[in-house]
Amino acid sequence: MSTENQQATGQSANIWPLWEVFVRSSRGLSHVHAGSLHAPDAEMALRNARDLYTRRNEGVSIWVVPSDAITASDPDAKGSFFESPQGKDYRHATYYTKSEGVKHL
Amino acid sequence: MAAAPLQPVPAHASPADSSATDQAGQAYFDRIIAEDSRIEPKDWMPEAYRKTLVRQISQHAHSEIIGMQPEANWITRAPSLKRKAILMAKVQDEAGHGLYLYSAAETLGTPRDVLNQQLLDGKAKYSSIFNYPARSWADMGAIGWLVDGAAIANQVPLCRASYGPYGRAMVRICKEESFHQRQGFEILLELSHGTPEQKRMAQDAVDRFYAPALMMFGPPDDDSPNSKQSMAWNIKRFSNDELRQRFVGMIVEQAKVLGLTLPDPELRFDEETGQWIHMELDWQEFKDVIAGRGPCNSQRMARRREAHENGAWVREAAHAYAEKKMQQKAGAA
Amino acid sequence: MTHAQPTQAQPTQAQPTHADHSLDSFGDAAASATRVTPGNALRPEDIAISPDKPNDDVAEYALRLGDDSLILAQRLSHWISRGPELEEDIALGNIALDLLGHARSFLIYAGHALGKSEDDLAYWREEEDFRSVWLFEQPNGDFGVTIARQLVVSIYQHLLYSRLVDSTDPTIAAIAAKALKEVDYHRDHATQWTLRLGDGTAESHRRMQAALELVWPYVDELFDDDPLIDRIGDAGVRPSTLREQFDADIAAVIDEATLDLPTVPRAMGGGRRGLHTEHLGYLLAEMQVLARKHPGASW
Ligand SMILES: [Fe+2]
Ligand SMILES: [Fe+2]
Repeated sequence: MSTENQQATGQSANIWPLWEVFVRSSRGLSHVHAGSLHAPDAEMALRNARDLYTRRNEGVSIWVVPSDAITASDPDAKGSFFESPQGKDYRHATYYTKSEGVKHL
Repeated sequence: MAAAPLQPVPAHASPADSSATDQAGQAYFDRIIAEDSRIEPKDWMPEAYRKTLVRQISQHAHSEIIGMQPEANWITRAPSLKRKAILMAKVQDEAGHGLYLYSAAETLGTPRDVLNQQLLDGKAKYSSIFNYPARSWADMGAIGWLVDGAAIANQVPLCRASYGPYGRAMVRICKEESFHQRQGFEILLELSHGTPEQKRMAQDAVDRFYAPALMMFGPPDDDSPNSKQSMAWNIKRFSNDELRQRFVGMIVEQAKVLGLTLPDPELRFDEETGQWIHMELDWQEFKDVIAGRGPCNSQRMARRREAHENGAWVREAAHAYAEKKMQQKAGAA
Repeated sequence: MTHAQPTQAQPTQAQPTHADHSLDSFGDAAASATRVTPGNALRPEDIAISPDKPNDDVAEYALRLGDDSLILAQRLSHWISRGPELEEDIALGNIALDLLGHARSFLIYAGHALGKSEDDLAYWREEEDFRSVWLFEQPNGDFGVTIARQLVVSIYQHLLYSRLVDSTDPTIAAIAAKALKEVDYHRDHATQWTLRLGDGTAESHRRMQAALELVWPYVDELFDDDPLIDRIGDAGVRPSTLREQFDADIAAVIDEATLDLPTVPRAMGGGRRGLHTEHLGYLLAEMQVLARKHPGASW
């Protein structure tokens, strides 16, 4: 852990944790990551997110998630983790050229 | 493979194999930059790239936050209720911009309180323009038109910055900024078509903010040592002088619509080079103001410190309450 | 909505959004989290173009509500750039903007009867012509005092507007309907903070209790009836009829926040008759100074 982070935990009585904010811009769409903010707890995080990320009607629904609760794939493993789907053209409709031009297919 | 948390992560975990990681990382990084793709928070990145970004993004964030003060100064005295609402929404947006940017900076591993502490300790820089006083209502117009205008000219290319979270923050900010510049322009338009006294007020504000606004793009290219590296990393897309040029070209036309003059006797378009020629800017003053010797530096910092200190008991209370509730929940379960 | 809308002040379909498409090409993932619209709620501008004109009594009533919100918006706007955390600058700014919107709507409507604009009323009336009650004029104090004042105001306004949506005056009802949803959020904001300050640390508890004691003398005036209330009948709401619910609502919050209901005596009051606290003069001097330096100017 970096010295900066240790400093942060050292004064934690004063420092609110970080939350990631996801906004659904309208019904029928998924929540999309909008950014992050600080708040003492989930209730305040939601309210802060409303004030910070939806001042111009950007959303109809908000999720907040503690940043440290998110588990992400390891970018260093990018090569192997996302390799498998490469080269499997037969998963895509465009692979099947002989049926091209046949109606309703 | 090991899953890793999204927020502040060291780019490599064990120092033992760090040189191999660094080599592979550097190659990967270079390819991403060459392809003009985006670096994301957990990617390996050169330490200098990370440092440059943290410094640039946090300076930018500090500027938004300190920049609230000269305009907040006029909210309570705005001369009409409509203008009061607009100005309030505008200054509030700037707080939002600061937050979007701190949020981007945090993805690089430096928490907001550390950045904030650097500001409060006087160790961090912010845009020198906010150390000039907002003396009259017309300054609300000049700031919106020229200062937000220069900021937009600077920031639109940053929407394509190679660091993903920075670019995304800039997209959001630029969308909001377009209202800022327009409201400033309209304040000046109203004043320049108002009473002679109002017009004088408008001209005076433009006279005072013109040069500092041009200096917002930073020192001339031959005196801007870091620019080259930033451009190589696709953080910066245009040089300081290119952006300044472009900005001058835009405001010349806009000043005509306003019926105001730009306080620059040397201003002209050079057909041969296709460049705008403007007056020599006082770079010594620029350096002085950055170094803390501007008209309002200490006032701005004092106000920020005061807000931070006065808020300490509130932040502590909210924190204590959250802990208490969590313990109660755990006890009940 | 069950209430009638003013005939001409229908919330006009929002103007086409000035969407800035030039930016959408950068980062399409962000685009859907940043799509902005102005919405289509009732705006002060809609009231301004409506020909509906209140009678003198309803105009006076609108002036009262407008002045309350205007004075509080002016107070809250001072917090922007001074909040305990940046997130709170934005939250208080939003509340101030909501209140300023309500104030403008009420003042514009009152102005239709008086032949005055919102700015004539805000900037060119003297202190004794203002109709705000004393609570709204109270200084911000520390964050706790601001929250205590917000708690009282938002619970009161929430009760008031939830009845006023049935006003026989369609414009008053329409303004109340827009305001009701917003003050509902103000009430939530004040409640959340009262809980956190009351039940946070020993210091915050002490400060919050002191804050309640400080604002409490001005609570009673909110619920005073007077002859105007008799005259306007169902166009308005009789303040005293809101008291019981107010007491119950606020006691619940104060209790949950581990605070005590203050028992301090009431202040005299008199804002509805133009008798104000010493604070209002300063507030108006600051608010009106620029406009008054330039009579007849437009901004
Ligand atoms: Fe900004
Ligand atoms: Fe701005």
